[in-house]
Amino acid sequence: MDILNALTAFLNFIVVPGLAYGSQLALGALGITLIFGVLRFSNFAHGDTMAFGTAFVILFTWWFQSMGITAGPLPTALLALPFGILATIAMMLATDRVVYRYYRQVRAKPIILVIVSTGVMFVMNGLVRMIIGTSEQNFTDGARMMLNPQDFKTWTGLAEPLAIKTTQAISLAAAVICCALLFWFLQKTRTGKSMRAYSDNEDLALLSGISPERVVMITWIIAGTLATIAGTLYGLDKSYRGVVYFSLLMPMFAAAIVGGLGSPLGAVVGSFIVAFSELIVTSAWKKILGYLVPPEWLGDGLYQALSTDYKVAVSFGILIIVLLFRPQGIYGGK
Amino acid sequence: MARYRNLLLFAGVALLFILTGVFQSWNLSLNILNLALLSCIMAIGVNIQWGYAGLFSTGIVGSVALGGLAVVLVSANPVPAGWAAGGPRIFGALAFGAAAIAVAVWLYNRLKPGTNRALALALYLVVAFFIYRFILDAGVLGVEANNPAQAGNIGGLGLNSLLAWPVGALLAAAAAWVIGKIALGLREDYLAIATLGIAEIIVTVLRNEDWLARGVKNLIDLPRPWPVPKEVDLQVNPAFLDPVASLGLDPVTASTIFVKLLYATMFGLVLVLLVWGCERALNSPWGRMVRAIRDNEISAAAMGKDVKFRHLQIFIIGSAVVGLAGAMMTSMEGQLTPPSYLPLRFTFLIWVMVIVGGSGNNWGSILGGLLIGWLYLAVEFLGPQMMQILTAGLPEGNLKDHLQDTAAQMRLLTLGVVLLVVLRFAPKGLIPEK
Repeated sequence: MDILNALTAFLNFIVVPGLAYGSQLALGALGITLIFGVLRFSNFAHGDTMAFGTAFVILFTWWFQSMGITAGPLPTALLALPFGILATIAMMLATDRVVYRYYRQVRAKPIILVIVSTGVMFVMNGLVRMIIGTSEQNFTDGARMMLNPQDFKTWTGLAEPLAIKTTQAISLAAAVICCALLFWFLQKTRTGKSMRAYSDNEDLALLSGISPERVVMITWIIAGTLATIAGTLYGLDKSYRGVVYFSLLMPMFAAAIVGGLGSPLGAVVGSFIVAFSELIVTSAWKKILGYLVPPEWLGDGLYQALSTDYKVAVSFGILIIVLLFRPQGIYGGK
Repeated sequence: MARYRNLLLFAGVALLFILTGVFQSWNLSLNILNLALLSCIMAIGVNIQWGYAGLFSTGIVGSVALGGLAVVLVSANPVPAGWAAGGPRIFGALAFGAAAIAVAVWLYNRLKPGTNRALALALYLVVAFFIYRFILDAGVLGVEANNPAQAGNIGGLGLNSLLAWPVGALLAAAAAWVIGKIALGLREDYLAIATLGIAEIIVTVLRNEDWLARGVKNLIDLPRPWPVPKEVDLQVNPAFLDPVASLGLDPVTASTIFVKLLYATMFGLVLVLLVWGCERALNSPWGRMVRAIRDNEISAAAMGKDVKFRHLQIFIIGSAVVGLAGAMMTSMEGQLTPPSYLPLRFTFLIWVMVIVGGSGNNWGSILGGLLIGWLYLAVEFLGPQMMQILTAGLPEGNLKDHLQDTAAQMRLLTLGVVLLVVLRFAPKGLIPEK
């Protein structure tokens, strides 16, 4: 029995990665849920929006690096982030103007908008591939570790290391800041309130003089901003390949639906549920269990419920459970 | 007039294939034709779901992959040693898993609702899962240890791969039943999201479960379906060589073309049967009811139609047709390569075919399948050629290389733009529904 080491291993393999991954998912799922609330369709292009924004952040990062501008211990990508966000917002607004606006005017069925969004997904995916290619791009720089595993071991004298990557810390911090700003905006500002009103009841909102085009525009701006931040953080933490963002769609949708589509708080909670479930199910528990029970009891299994290849099965499983038992989600979306 | 217009459209597509034959090669043209015919069948399956009933599924690739799996299970050469090493145990585990889920459903209905029920069932399922893994893992290890370089899987039944076609349809139908039961009857988007997930899981299983179909090690050398001979056999068969020689053709080219023509005939036959059946169904009382449900669910329900059941029925039929095409494709290619099951190629491309051709209309799906199928594969040789002409004036260097590289990525962009333009300006497609 060695509870401290077991706890450290648990923190190291489950809690820290889960918080970081959950933060990244939350920023993405917030965009999905906002678009769903205001525009009333599931945006299949959201994963590729993240890839698009990140591609621009990477381009600006390289440019800054070539000029010798860095952010010290932090990744240079944080400096490039605002420019990537601007590019994504421009793209979002242009897409809305050229593509989505028409369907709002003819009041198309939501499912048509879903199909349209897959078309947008194609276009964005193609653009990303043309801009930055399909190969893996590494754009992380600055200090790699915020908490060095060796230092941790010497300080505490434990056998188990605890590592916190800079990117993981930044992910969590960014998610906290973005959520705080977003909830303040939605609760306290006039524009935010009009957005919520529009999301709750379109007709009543129109009657009270809220301009739908303005609400839609602000929704795209927020969704684009969050998507770029989420994509960049995910790219910094793992590595950037344009094609992996498509596979983030499933966990993000699952997160948004678990929380209740259209509910921002639900999206955040749902994201952490999905992230931790994924880690709990696909991690090898042998090391942690090894500290709690005599190792010879454990045999040579890995104590891993599913291999990491089946990550998608976890978010799918959560989605199925929610659809079966509580289709409206935890916080009662639409 | 409309009649001639449709004929003209089909003639135009035929011309594309003829031009490819004349300017590139007939082998290539027939190859594209065969894949396009398969796409037509998939498009008909999708059209049944979307055009007849308005169901949007993003999991077409899953049905296609299940069809491919059926070919492996039915017609691949048996691996007796691999089967003996753990085949029964694996199937025992799968049976146990199915039984455990059935018991869970039964318990769920029997027990009193509440937190206790939820906790008890969750605990039961976790325990059942570990027992399942305990049974499964030893079997998997045994099978995969058997001659991993060449086998390492449970092998197939070694039957004719024609038999695998209906099996592929059945497998896809079973998957569709499960997913339809869960996701239909809720918001329309939920079906799209759930099918996206199940398709990804099916492809992941094919990729990672080596005992099943060798995963990414690929399963090659699947036997041909019944009437189709191998090219090498034809090239030594006097009954084939004599007429070819008297026509003055090259025996190698003639044999490959002959085989492709045979496939084209078989696929064409299946397509004709399917279209005949679909047209009959669409013009029957069943077809009218289905369209009534699509156009107004509430009034159809008020007339006593069971909307959810009909949606489930159509979702299953459509998926089965796609699974059939998936099995046909694998048995033509003679190999199962899990990495080639990309959602882009088998989900969204088929969608573009249906929408461009004209949703709700079987002939539209066929036209869309042939046209987009041709375009998608022709871009492979046309794209780089065009890029070369366009960049001919540029000096050698990075920019020229980059532009020529991007030609390969143009496909996606073009597909997206085509889809958006058609949806916006011609939502009824090339051949609108009557």
